[in-house]
Amino acid sequence: MSEALLIVAHGSHLNPKSSAPAQDHADAVRAAGAFDEVREAYWKEEPSLRNALRTVAADEVYVVPLFVSEGYFTEEVIPRELRLDFEAADWDSDGTSADSVTLEPSDVDGTVHYCGPVGTHRAMTDVIVRRAETVTGTPDVGEGVGLAVVGHGTKRNENSAKAIRYHADRVRERDRFAEVRALFMDEPPEIDDVTDHFESEAIVVVPLFVADGYHTQEDIPADLGIADGDGDYAVPTRLDGHDIWYAGAIGTEPLMADVILERAADAGASVDAWPGDDGDRPTADRAGGD
Amino acid sequence: MIDPPPTGRAVIEMSERADPWPVEALREAATDGVDFDGLVVTRDGDGFHLAVPGASYEGLSAVAFADAARRHGAYVENWLFWHQHAPQTPADWAFLRWIERADDLSVPERDERLRDDGDGVTREWGQVAVTVRLTGNGRRRYDLRHADEVDVARDALSTYADPCEARRLRKTDDDGDYRPLSTAPTLPHGWAFVDLGPAAAVRAVDGFYPATIANWHREREGVLDVTHWHETVSRQTGIYGVVQTWDRGEGHAHVDRVAEACCDDSQCLKRREWEYDAETPLSVDGGSGVFPCREPCSMVIAAAREWTRLEAEQSRTYAFDLTPSEKEQIETIIDAVADGRVDEIREGDTGDGANRYRARYLRAKLFDEVGNLCGVPTDADDANADGP
Repeated sequence: MSEALLIVAHGSHLNPKSSAPAQDHADAVRAAGAFDEVREAYWKEEPSLRNALRTVAADEVYVVPLFVSEGYFTEEVIPRELRLDFEAADWDSDGTSADSVTLEPSDVDGTVHYCGPVGTHRAMTDVIVRRAETVTGTPDVGEGVGLAVVGHGTKRNENSAKAIRYHADRVRERDRFAEVRALFMDEPPEIDDVTDHFESEAIVVVPLFVADGYHTQEDIPADLGIADGDGDYAVPTRLDGHDIWYAGAIGTEPLMADVILERAADAGASVDAWPGDDGDRPTADRAGGD
Repeated sequence: MIDPPPTGRAVIEMSERADPWPVEALREAATDGVDFDGLVVTRDGDGFHLAVPGASYEGLSAVAFADAARRHGAYVENWLFWHQHAPQTPADWAFLRWIERADDLSVPERDERLRDDGDGVTREWGQVAVTVRLTGNGRRRYDLRHADEVDVARDALSTYADPCEARRLRKTDDDGDYRPLSTAPTLPHGWAFVDLGPAAAVRAVDGFYPATIANWHREREGVLDVTHWHETVSRQTGIYGVVQTWDRGEGHAHVDRVAEACCDDSQCLKRREWEYDAETPLSVDGGSGVFPCREPCSMVIAAAREWTRLEAEQSRTYAFDLTPSEKEQIETIIDAVADGRVDEIREGDTGDGANRYRARYLRAKLFDEVGNLCGVPTDADDANADGP
C-alpha cells in the first residue's frame, strides 16, 4: 500500500512567490523521505487541482491544504476541483477543528484522506513561536516582548479570524510572551493601531499568511506604519516608542513542513521520517494532544 | 491511484535484487511465459522455448537456454528494462516507450540507435527534447534539454541532476518574467538535465509540463475525460461565478474568440480538445500539440471573467478623424501587442507602425491632455460636462 502526500495551495497568475512555500515544503518532505511520493497542486497554477490526483501513482493520497483557515477554499473549491464527494459538515468542525475525512475521488481509483488546513493545526502555534525566534534572532524570545498574531480577517468568513484567535490564545496560555494579541487587516482589532495594543517596547508581528505577496509585503507594512517611502521596511522598525519586529508570511517558515506532515500523520499516514528529526520537530503538543 | 495496468503486459514480480542478470531473470520468468517486443519465452515439460523474429529454439536445457538468451541479448535486456527498471505506472511506462519509438522500431533497430556511442533517440515534448541512450544491460539514461539546444555543447548549459528542479526552472522565461502557464511556448533556455534514470526523466518532464503525461496517456487509451467550456464555467463560484452569465444562448462566438486569444499554438502548446459543449465544436483550430488540453484552464477562466465584465457593455458609435496611415498604424500596434512582437521592433525602425517613436508621435498628435483619442470622450456625459 503506497502513500502519497499532495500539498494543495492557492498559487497565483501574477506572483511567482505564491507557490514557493508549497514547493519548498514539498522538497523538505521529499528530502526527509517521509512519503513514497510528494506532489503539489494549485488553484491558479499547475498541476491544477483538477489534474492533480491523476499524476499520483500511490493508492492512498493524503491531501493537505496549505491554507490558513477553514472556509471557501477548503470547504468548497478544493474538494470540488479534486472531484471529492465532500460536504463541509463531514469535518464536523467548530471552525478550527477540521481533521480529516476519507473519500473516494470520482475520476481515479484510490483513496483520498482530505485533511484540514495547516493553519488551524495545533502545531502551527509552535511555528508562530519559532517565527518570533527567527525574526528576532533570540531563541528564548518572550520575556518583556509583545506578540501580535495577524490575520486577514473578513466579515464573509468568521473562521478566518477564529484561526488567528485560536493560536493567539494558545501562545498566551504558554506564558512565554508578556502580551499576545490577535490583530486583523479587515476587521477590528486592526493592525493600523498596533502600538495601542501593547505596553511592551518590543512587538513581534507574525502574519498568518501562506506566501509573501501583496498583503504581507505591501499592505500590512503600510497599515502598521513601518513602510518607508519605497514600501520597504526595516526589521526592527522604531515606531511610537516601540520596536516592531515584522516577520513576513509565516508560510515560508521551514517548520511548516512538519505541520503538513502532522496533518497527514493525524489522518493515518505512516510518516516514515520528519524533516526536523534532528530536533526541529514541533513535538510539544503531540505527546499530550489537546 | 491512476489507471489500471495495461492489458497484455504482465508485470513480473522480480526477486529482491535491484539489478538481476538478464538471462537469469528471464529464466525465472519463463515459467509464467514472456511475450514482449518480439521475444517469446515459455517453459514446459520439454524444457525452455525461446523465439525472436527470425530464430526459434525448442526444448532447451537450462544451459542451452542461457546460450540462446545471450545470443539474442538485446531482446532479453530490452525485456528486463521495461519490466524491472522502467517505472511501472502505465502512463510513465507508455511515455518512455513513446520517447524511444518502441511502437515503430524493432528491438535490434532500437539497440542500434540507442547505443551510447551514438546520438540516441530524441523526441520533443512541447519545448523539451528528451534523448534516450543505452548504457549497459539494457539500462537507459535520459538527457533533457530545451528543444532549441539539442546540439549545444554541454559546457554551455547549466546542468541539473535533480528532476524536481524542472518545476522551478519553468517558472520564468528567458527574460526572467514569471510564466504562470507552464505550457506557454516560452520555456527558458540554458539548462540540461543529464544522465537521468527513467523515473527521474518522467518526473522532470512532469515538472516542466505538469499532468501532460497523464492526460496524454488517457487520450491514447481512449479515456480522456474532456470537460467542455459550458460545463467548466457552470461549476465556477466566487469571483469566477460571473463567467456563467457570459453563456446566454447566443451561440459560441465569444468562446471562439477566447480560444483564438488564449489557446492558439502561439500561446499554449497543449492541443485544445474541449469545445463549447460535447455537441458544439468551436470554429477555431485546437492546435497541433503532442499533449491534449482537457478543459479550460485557470488562466482562461480568469481572462474570461474580465471579458464577461467588458462584454456586458453595449457598443456605441464614436467618430474619429484619422488618416489612412493612422488607421493602419493603430491596427499594426494591436497586432504587435497581440503577437508579442513589441520587443522585436528595432529602435530605429520608424517604418514599423508599432515602433516606439511612431507610437509616441501618434499619441502626441491624437490624444488630448487627458488621453482621449482625437479628443473624443469615452462617455457622452463627459462630453456634456467638459464640452464647449
